[in-house]
Amino acid sequence: MSRHSLSLSLVVLALVAGVGAQAPKKFTPPRTPWGDPDLQGVWNDATSTPLQRPGAVGAKDVLSDEEAVEFQANLAHDLTRDRRDGGNEVDVNRAYNEHWMDARRLKITSDRRTSLIVDPADGRIPPLVPVSPERQRARAARADANARFNAGLPESFRDMSLPVRCIIRTDSPPYLPTIYNNNFQIVQSPGYVTIAPEMIHSARIVPLDGRPHLNKNLRQWLGDSRGRWDGPTLVVETTNFRTDEGVIFQGANPDTFKITERFTRVAADAINYEFTVEDPATWTKPWTALIPWNKVDPAEQMYEYACHEDNFDIVHFLTGARTREKNGETVPKRTAPAGGER
Amino acid sequence: MRHRRTAVIGCLGTAAATLLPWLLSIPLAGQTRPGPSPFPAAYRAPRLADGHPDLNGIWQAFVTANWDLQDHEAQPGAHPEVMGAYGSGPAGQSIVEGGEIPYKPEALAKKKQNVERRMQVDVSNDKRWHDVGDPELKCYMPGVPRATYMPFPFQIVQGSGPAILIAYEFTSATRIVRMSGQQEAPNDSWMGWSRGRWEGDTLVVDVTGQREETWFDRAGDYHSGALHVVERYTPVSPFHLMYEATIEDPNVFTHPWKISFPLYRRMEKNLQLLEYKCAPFTEELLYDRFRKQAAR
Repeated sequence: MSRHSLSLSLVVLALVAGVGAQAPKKFTPPRTPWGDPDLQGVWNDATSTPLQRPGAVGAKDVLSDEEAVEFQANLAHDLTRDRRDGGNEVDVNRAYNEHWMDARRLKITSDRRTSLIVDPADGRIPPLVPVSPERQRARAARADANARFNAGLPESFRDMSLPVRCIIRTDSPPYLPTIYNNNFQIVQSPGYVTIAPEMIHSARIVPLDGRPHLNKNLRQWLGDSRGRWDGPTLVVETTNFRTDEGVIFQGANPDTFKITERFTRVAADAINYEFTVEDPATWTKPWTALIPWNKVDPAEQMYEYACHEDNFDIVHFLTGARTREKNGETVPKRTAPAGGER
Repeated sequence: MRHRRTAVIGCLGTAAATLLPWLLSIPLAGQTRPGPSPFPAAYRAPRLADGHPDLNGIWQAFVTANWDLQDHEAQPGAHPEVMGAYGSGPAGQSIVEGGEIPYKPEALAKKKQNVERRMQVDVSNDKRWHDVGDPELKCYMPGVPRATYMPFPFQIVQGSGPAILIAYEFTSATRIVRMSGQQEAPNDSWMGWSRGRWEGDTLVVDVTGQREETWFDRAGDYHSGALHVVERYTPVSPFHLMYEATIEDPNVFTHPWKISFPLYRRMEKNLQLLEYKCAPFTEELLYDRFRKQAAR
C-alpha cells in the first residue's frame, strides 16, 4: 500500500506540475476555526473525460492544446443530444432530454488528460482475476436482467438497476461523473467531514477520530467510511459494502473491496478528488482515478433530489413491458460476455 | 377518548357540530399543561469558535408522535392475524400544546379519510400517485417536523460555514439549514426550504416550500402546500435539546399550533448514523402488481 501511495503521489505531482496555470503551486488551503483544512462548499465533478483511455488516443496520457480541442469535440458529439442530425422528431426528443443534462459534462478536464484513471499508466482498469463460479453465475444473471431491461421487457422491478430503483445513484463511492446532478456539498464540524451528494440525499458523515470500522457483519449500501488528515488532504477509507447483487462498484467482491479517497483543495475553487480501489479478488492490481471538482457558484445551490418519491418511470417501464409481451415481443439472445455492474 | 367525546357531541345534533373546534380547543382536566421546566434554568451550552451554542451530536426523540401527535391508546396493527404484536403501536400522550390540533371543521374529513386509506397504495396513475397511503408506508421523505420525531436518530452537523446540515437516519433524508440566506424557497421539496438564525441560545429554523403530500403522523394528520413551520432547538442540558415547532397552515387549521418535546443525546460509544434506505422494502408493495405474470 505504501509503495503504491508513493508511486501514486508521483503521478499526481507530475499531473499537477503539468497543469501549470490552472493550479497555483503554492496554494494554502483555508482552515476552519478549529484548524482543519476547509473543504466546504458545493462542488461539481462533471466532465467528458472518460474513466478509461479510449483506444484511439494510443498511449498519450496528456494532450496538447490542439489535440485537446479535437478530443473534446469528438466526445461532446457523442455525448450531446443537441446534434440536430436526426430529423425533426428525433431532434425534438433529444432536445427535451438535453434540457435535464449538465452542460459541463461536455468538457474534458482542464489538464487535458485522456482518461480519469491515472494509475496504471495505460489509463485502463487492470485485467480481472478469474472469478469464482458463484460470482460468474451472479454476473450472468445480472447481465440477463440488464438485457431484459434494455429490450424494454423487465419482468419485475428486480430486473432494474439500483439507480433506476432509486436505491443508490452517485451517493455510493467512488464518485464518478454522470449526465446530471453532479453536485456534492461538503459541511465540516469538529471531528467530522460530511459529504452530501445531490443523488440521492444520503449524507456520508465521516468521523475523523480514529475509531475502528463497523464490524464486518454490519454492511451498508454506501459502505462504512473513516477519515483522517494527511497534511492538507482528507483521506477517507471505506469498507463494509453490502453484498446484494449488483451493489458493488464494477462487480467487485464485497469482502475484499476497499476504496481510499483523497480530497485535496488545490485552489479556492478546485478540489482534486482521487480514488484508489483495490480488490485482489477482482483486479490484478489496485487502480486510481483523479477527478477535478469545481466550486459551484454560490448562487447555484444544490437542490433536493427526491428519486423514489415520484419514480413514475419504474411503473412506466413495467406497464410498457406488459404491453410489449402482449404484442409478442421477446428479449434478444445475449451474446456479449457478462461484464461488471455500474 | 377523542372518539367518545365526538360521539357525545354528535348526539347533541348538527347545530352543535359547529361548536366542535371551539370545544376541542378547551384544555380538559388531565391534559398537557406547561409546567415548570425540569431542566436547570441557568444552563449555558458550550460554544463553537464562532460563539454560537454547539448543537453537534446524534439526537433522538422518544415520544410516540409518529403514531399520533395527539393522545392515543395502544393499538393493534393492520394485520394482527399475521403480524401479531409486531405491527402494533404504543400508547402516548399528546405533544400538541392544548392537546388538540385546531382543524377547520371542513378539514377533519380528509384526516379521517387519510386514516382509512393509510395502508393503501396506488401508483398506476402518475397524477393520483400520492392520493392514498401514509408517505411513511411508502418510504417517502417525512418532511418537517415529522422527521424529528420518527423513531430514528438524526445528526446535527454544525461548523462555521453558512450551512448547518441535519442528516436523518430514516431513508437517509438530509436537509441543509441556510444560516445566511434570505432567498425564498425556489421550489417545493419533501424536506422543505430551511433558513436558520440564532435567538440567544436557540437555533430558530423557518421552513417553507414543503411538498403538500407529507403527513404529520400515521393518524392521518396532514397539511396543505401552504404549510409554514418554525422550529426552535434550545440546548437545555449537555444531553438534551428542547424542540418546539409552530405549525401554521390557514387552509387546514383555524390558528397556528405548537408541539414540543425534548431531544435526547445518544450516548453510545462510537455510535454513528446507520443506513435506513427503506425504498427496497416498499417495492413489492408498490410495484409487484405490474410484474410479469406466470404463464398459465
